[in-house]
Amino acid sequence: MHAFRTTRGAGSHAGRLGRNARAEERAAFLCLLPWLIGLVLFTGGPILASLALSLTNWSLLASPRWLGLDNYVEMATDWNFWQSVKVTLRYVVMSVPLYLVAGLGLALVLNLKIRGIGIFRTLFFLPSVLPGVATAVLFVTLLNPDLGAVNWFLRGIGIENPPRWFSSPTWAVPSVVLVGLWGIGGGAIIYLAGLQNINPQLYEAAAIDGAGPFRRFRDVTLPMLTPTLFFVLITSLIGAFQVFDIAFVLGGSRGGVGDSLLFYLINVWNEAFRNGRLGYGSALSWVLIVVAAFAILALFRTADRWVYYETDPGKTEDAT
Amino acid sequence: MSVSSAASHADTLPEYAPKGLSPVRLRRLGGKAVAYAFLLALAVMVVLPFGWMLTVALKPDGVPVFTIPPEWFPTQYFQWDNFQRALFDSTQPFARYFLNTTLIVVVNIIGTLFSCSLAAYAFARLRFRWSETLFNILIITMLVPWQALIIPQFLLFFKLGWYGTYLPLMVPSFTGSAFFIFLIRQYMRTFPRDLDDAARIDGAGYFRIYWDIILPLSRPVLMVVTVFVFLGSWSDLLGPLIYLNETSQFTLAIGLANFVTRSGTDWNLLMAANLITIIPVLIVYYFAQGKLIGGIASVGMKG
Repeated sequence: MHAFRTTRGAGSHAGRLGRNARAEERAAFLCLLPWLIGLVLFTGGPILASLALSLTNWSLLASPRWLGLDNYVEMATDWNFWQSVKVTLRYVVMSVPLYLVAGLGLALVLNLKIRGIGIFRTLFFLPSVLPGVATAVLFVTLLNPDLGAVNWFLRGIGIENPPRWFSSPTWAVPSVVLVGLWGIGGGAIIYLAGLQNINPQLYEAAAIDGAGPFRRFRDVTLPMLTPTLFFVLITSLIGAFQVFDIAFVLGGSRGGVGDSLLFYLINVWNEAFRNGRLGYGSALSWVLIVVAAFAILALFRTADRWVYYETDPGKTEDAT
Repeated sequence: MSVSSAASHADTLPEYAPKGLSPVRLRRLGGKAVAYAFLLALAVMVVLPFGWMLTVALKPDGVPVFTIPPEWFPTQYFQWDNFQRALFDSTQPFARYFLNTTLIVVVNIIGTLFSCSLAAYAFARLRFRWSETLFNILIITMLVPWQALIIPQFLLFFKLGWYGTYLPLMVPSFTGSAFFIFLIRQYMRTFPRDLDDAARIDGAGYFRIYWDIILPLSRPVLMVVTVFVFLGSWSDLLGPLIYLNETSQFTLAIGLANFVTRSGTDWNLLMAANLITIIPVLIVYYFAQGKLIGGIASVGMKG
């Protein structure tokens, strides 16, 4: 964007540019108007409003009262809040690294140049586009502890007491992770694009230098793939904070067996829309916004150290 | 593309090896066999659940749904009118839910295409003050966990008297979405500048250029956005859950969620309803998968 801006401006007549530029600017802001309205009304406004709301005991029934930081103080001793934090963090810790590795592994296989690979790509990507509710309904039956297909299989291979999945407080979160694994193709497609964008000359050069498959993967594939890894890491982290559909379908607003599926957003939804505590719910939301912002910021801070951004590939080729 | 040169390079490798079953060839064949075995095993895991859903959906009432071993494909029972029953059940009419969902999806697609293509045009093709600042804001809003904003948004729509209507589920799409603006902008940036300049010299205004030149050229990315919006709002549970309070207004997602949490579930009708929800997605996916995969890939690269 910056590039064509300077090249274009340089060639124009200064006098005419003034009028044209003003017309162009007017057109630009007209085009942006719907988005700007949304930005104020549905994003910026709500962020600030939820901060203000979080300092009150707002509900739809009674008139609101100013509470100061009471809502935030209440969180410290709120069992549901800490349970939802625990559930969500457990999910983040289990799912983010697993999906990162499994997605990359699948992408490496899907990147093989073998016959029929296109069909496999299409097939594996499919589960990731299905509605979350529909997938949840499917896995309610497949993961049924006594009669489900998954445990039938596990018993078949000699596991006598397979996990009780969603019926067990210990296994509920891993079950959600497992269901997500079914949709791992969605992440794999992004890695696949990253893999296909790696300059094959790099592999040739590495092979000539005597690098075997493992070294080629470690010294060429991984560094060249770091921007993609970074992108997936950010998006999957944001996604992991926002689990709702599957937890709602499987655990209902009760949050599953022993609150084992009380994900953060389920708790927010409960407080705000079941208990009518919009003020407290807003405080919970604000904590989520701040935590997510810090997590993302921290990731960006580390990016300099491990994410490798190739400078314009055309230029490096010319230089050699 | 670069891929093809990699492939041709790989193809020339065996030439160095002697013909016949040399150790190198054997290893390559073995590697291929392992890859196919792995891919087929995964393919089975993707396909079987669909077969299982259909099997359950076609069972008559009273026939055990859970059998040992599980029935992965319908062989015994073909009660197709389960679909009809799920669609026209009087307490949870999935036909109605289907139409409601379709209406919301169509309006969302129109709204998103309109607002996002306009904003993307400004970011990609027009020069204006604060363009970089605004673009940075756009990028930042992509990272906001929007579910965290449901409460103030709910209050806003409630005060506007929109609670219990489709408006909260439709109107925001007309104000754009950062992700789609970004996606379209990336695509619009690739057209040569001469297009706009030539049209300007011919006296076309900026909106003419948008409508007559940029928009038709952007058709591929707009298709991708259409599919994304379809998938997103077809699946949305949280929005309808918050704003809709009458059964007659419900969407497929709420219908399913209510169905499954009800005690004494009729599994055959539930699976029929589930398939009714999934089939449109499968159809769209079948026709759009090439573009969709490309579209997701391009986002992954430029993000």
